[in-house]
Amino acid sequence: MTNLANALYNIRLLDDLAKKNTPIHALHPLVKLLTTVIYLAVVMSFGRYEISKLLPFIFFPLVVALLAELPLMPIVHRLLMVLPLIIGIGILNPIIDNQTITILGVDFSRGWLTFFSLFIKCIVSVSAGIILIATTGMNRLAVAMRMLKIPKIFVLQLLLTYRYITVLMEEFLTMTQAYSLRAPNQNGISKNNWGSFAGQLILRTFDRAERVYQAMLLRGFTMEYHVGMIEKANINDFAYFTGWSLFFVIAKNYNLPLFLESLITGVVK
Amino acid sequence: MSHHKVEARNLHFSYPDGHEALKDVSFTIFHGESVGIIGVNGAGKSTILMLLMGILFPDSGDVLVGDVHLTKKTLPMIRQRLGMVFQNPDDQLFMTNVYDDVAFGPRNYKIDEKEVESRVMNALDLVGISDLKDRAPFRLSGGEKRAASIACVLSMQPDVLIMDEPTLALDPKARRRVIGLLNSFEHTKIITSHDLDLVLETCQRVIVVKNGRIAADGATSEILTDRELLDSCGLELPLSIQNCPVCGKSKINIE
Repeated sequence: MTNLANALYNIRLLDDLAKKNTPIHALHPLVKLLTTVIYLAVVMSFGRYEISKLLPFIFFPLVVALLAELPLMPIVHRLLMVLPLIIGIGILNPIIDNQTITILGVDFSRGWLTFFSLFIKCIVSVSAGIILIATTGMNRLAVAMRMLKIPKIFVLQLLLTYRYITVLMEEFLTMTQAYSLRAPNQNGISKNNWGSFAGQLILRTFDRAERVYQAMLLRGFTMEYHVGMIEKANINDFAYFTGWSLFFVIAKNYNLPLFLESLITGVVK
Repeated sequence: MSHHKVEARNLHFSYPDGHEALKDVSFTIFHGESVGIIGVNGAGKSTILMLLMGILFPDSGDVLVGDVHLTKKTLPMIRQRLGMVFQNPDDQLFMTNVYDDVAFGPRNYKIDEKEVESRVMNALDLVGISDLKDRAPFRLSGGEKRAASIACVLSMQPDVLIMDEPTLALDPKARRRVIGLLNSFEHTKIITSHDLDLVLETCQRVIVVKNGRIAADGATSEILTDRELLDSCGLELPLSIQNCPVCGKSKINIE
C-alpha cells in the first residue's frame, strides 16, 4: 500500500524536474523535441551488428542529463522498468543467430552482438525520451507538437491520458485501502473479487474523469490546450540543434571509436 | 443592474433513470445578492447548480443570466460570467501546478499572457496562497486545495460566484478563512451547503429546497430561525442559534 501511495506521490517527478532552471531547461521545447526525434531516428537506423558506431550515441543522453542536473537514480529506476521487455525481445538472439565471430581474441555468438545492439538502442532511446520530458514538461512538449502541426486531437489525447493516470491511481489507492482494511488476512485482492473490483474502478474513474471534464468546460475549455507563453527560439537553441545534429551525422557516417583508437595507437607508435 | 441577474423559470428536470429531481423551480437572484440554497441530501440543490451552469439542461423551463437565455450557443459567454467552485476541489484541479490551474480559464479565453499573469497573481493573493503557486495541486492540504479552487474561478473574473458546499471537509480554522473570504467578495453569490451556520454568516437570503420544489424563499434571518419550517424540510436550526448545550438556555427568542 505504501508503495502505491509513494508511486502516486512520485508520479509527477518528471514534471517537478521539468521546473528546474538550467541551460537545457531554458531551451525552446520544439528544438529539444526535434533534436530528440532526429537522435531516435539515427539510433534506430543502425544495423544489427553495428555496435561500435552506436557507442558515441550514449553521449547525447549522458551530456544532456548532466547539463540539466537531472538526478541519476530516478532515471535508472525508470529504465529498469523497460529492461524486462528488452531482455524478453532479445534473449533468444544468441541462440538463434549462433554463428561465431571473434572480437579481441574472444569467440562470441553473433546473436550476442544483436542482443547488445538492441539493448543499447533501447536504453539510449528510452533515456532520451525520459530526459526530454524531464527537461521540458508535458505541457510545453504538447505546445512543441502543435507547432509541428500534429493534430490537436492527438496532442490532447496524450495530455489527458497523462492526467488520467493520477485519477486512475487515486481511485485505485482509495479502493485498495478500503478493501485491505476489511480483508486484513489477505495478501492483495482475492481473485474472486477481481472482476467487480476492476469494474468498479473503471466506473469510478469514468465518473471522476467526467467531473474533471465538466470543470474544464466550465472554465472555457474548447479542445485547445493553452499553456501560456513560449519564448521565441534564440541563438542557444540554434546552436544546440545544429551542434547535436552535426554530431549525429558525423557519428552515423564515421566510426568514431575506431577513429579514436587509430588516433591513440598512432600517437603511441 | 439587471445584467448580473440570474433567473430560473419553471425548471423541470429528470435524470435518465427517471428520478424527477426538480419540479417547477423558479427564482430570481439579483446583482450583489448572496443566496444560500439549502435542503436535505437529494433535495435537488446540486441539480439546480448544474442547470444554472449548463452542465445539465432542463426538460422544460428556462435559465436566464442577465437577459440571455442559457442555450448551447450562449454557454461560453455565460460560463465566463458565472464561476462555479466544485464540491470536491480534486475534480477542479487537474494541471501540474497551482499557477497553471488558476491560469487555465483565462488562457482558454485567449487573454494576453501578461494579463493572465496579473489575474492569476491577484486571485492567488485574494485567497492568500500566492506562495503555493508552483506546488502540485494534489500535494496541497484540504484547505489549500479549496483556496486554490476558489482562485481558479476568481481568475476568470466572474460576475456571479456559485459554490457547492464550500466548507465541506475543512478544519475549523480553514472553514473560518473561507467564510471570511466569501464575505469579502462583492460578487453575487449562490452557495449550497449543509453548514447552516456558514449560510447564516454569508447569505442574506435563503432558498429551501424540498423534494425538488422550493419550500421557502426569504430572508436568512427569518428562514434560519423558523424551527417548524426547517424541521418540516428535514433540517434543523443552525448550531449557533440552538439552545446552549450546557445550560439549555435559548439564544434567540423564537418560541
